[in-house]
Amino acid sequence: MSYAKNIENDRGLSARMFVTGLLLVVLWGVLGAVLFAVGVGIGLIVIIEVGVIFSQYWFSDRIALFGMGGQIVTPEEQPQLHAMVDRLCTLADMPKPRVAIATTDIPNAFATGRSPKAAVVCVTTGIMTRLDEPELEAVLAHELSHVAHRDVAVMTIAASVGMLAGLLTRVAMWSSMFSSNDNNGGGALAELAIMLVSIVVYAISYMLTLALSRYRELAADRSGAILIGRPSVLASALVKITGDISRIPQKDLRKAEAYNAFFFAPAINGKQGTSVANLFSTHPSIEKRLAQLDELERQLNHGA
Amino acid sequence: MSSSDSSTTAPDQPVGLFDTILGRTKRVEPKLDALFSLPSAAVTLELQAGLITSGKAGVCWKPPAGQAPADVQAELEALLDLDDGAASGPSLTSVEDDLGFRWLLVDGADLDDLVTQAHQANTLLNEAGWGPQLLCSVFGLVPAPTADSSAKPCYLVYLYKRGTFYPFCPTSGSTRNNELELRLRSTIGSDLPIEQDLSRWMALWGLPL
Repeated sequence: MSYAKNIENDRGLSARMFVTGLLLVVLWGVLGAVLFAVGVGIGLIVIIEVGVIFSQYWFSDRIALFGMGGQIVTPEEQPQLHAMVDRLCTLADMPKPRVAIATTDIPNAFATGRSPKAAVVCVTTGIMTRLDEPELEAVLAHELSHVAHRDVAVMTIAASVGMLAGLLTRVAMWSSMFSSNDNNGGGALAELAIMLVSIVVYAISYMLTLALSRYRELAADRSGAILIGRPSVLASALVKITGDISRIPQKDLRKAEAYNAFFFAPAINGKQGTSVANLFSTHPSIEKRLAQLDELERQLNHGA
Repeated sequence: MSSSDSSTTAPDQPVGLFDTILGRTKRVEPKLDALFSLPSAAVTLELQAGLITSGKAGVCWKPPAGQAPADVQAELEALLDLDDGAASGPSLTSVEDDLGFRWLLVDGADLDDLVTQAHQANTLLNEAGWGPQLLCSVFGLVPAPTADSSAKPCYLVYLYKRGTFYPFCPTSGSTRNNELELRLRSTIGSDLPIEQDLSRWMALWGLPL
């Protein structure tokens, strides 16, 4: 059959992502059940937490743009960049996001925003000078895939259980430290239970969220490469960027660390290659990403 | 496995909930048939807008890498050669623009022939599995000899993924005559499926036709 049908889905990746998501839902259930069983004055905390998470999601575009110093550019200012985004969006039949440029030498790109209609795609001046046009187009295709997959929404929901658990741990700790004398033994025990469960839930959800983030990156690589039909171009962009990033001294990159989850390539590369380092990374190893793109390229070549 | 029935997908929802959770996109299949409504708009275009075909049209797609696509490219070129051999047929050429998109250009035909040629190319590409790589086709329009001076050369763009048309009237460099485009929209709105979402009226600077 036609080549397109062969490269549509990666069942293994879908399955891993689904299981990760399921485990996060189970964690929500565990945390919820414990809170319900203990049932002591945590309603307000949950409401505040939901409010914080929702505003992070709702203002994700502004937060990320502000954090990275991205400026929205018009088609008149950047005709070539806009033309690329125009055509990719038309090919993918998706609404065109706003386009922004961040003036920094860190070669990177990110996409953010609560929905495809409110999305922003941002590239740095560093990536524009280092990549040629087909490579930049491939990076944009990767970022647009994040938008189409609604990764900001998915990752916000995925991270919410960990954030709640983290908050509960701290609150339970403070209250046991400062107000235990006017409580009976049962209340202190309940606080201890919440704290312990929260710590465990936080640790597990942290790992799961990172795993999910890596799967979403692979999925975006995949969709982006299929959209432009040239996995090898995305691969070469990846090699240029990650090579460049690791050569830049880390000191200048610290402030970018918080935005790693949205990036095309992480700004701070730990020692990758060992499995422990990979477990704590928002992005899959470059080897894994290149291997997937290589496999896609092979399927393109022998698909017909 | 993958559905070719694009009508089940809502226009602004390229992925469903399940696909969102699993982080995947379906390739968007092109809508080819609405292209055939173009010849029926020719009369309206000439009488009300004072525009006739320039005899030129282009089909634009993003060629993927690899051997299989190269075979299709050869097939397409064979089709072109065949047509070039005809004594008085329209001439066909193929060029790549500066954004890495390929254009199949038809020159010297009436609107019916242009649409037929474009459809022939679409079908060939679509059958080879290149359907999702189709971007748009563009039809050139020029003022009719009888038209008053308000008529200006412009283009009608057909969006494969949407199955809709929109007018594109570049003036000089990278500016476009929005007033004329909106006037054309109301003129031909009853004859052609016009793209309602103005943000999809993509600018195509430096058209090769």
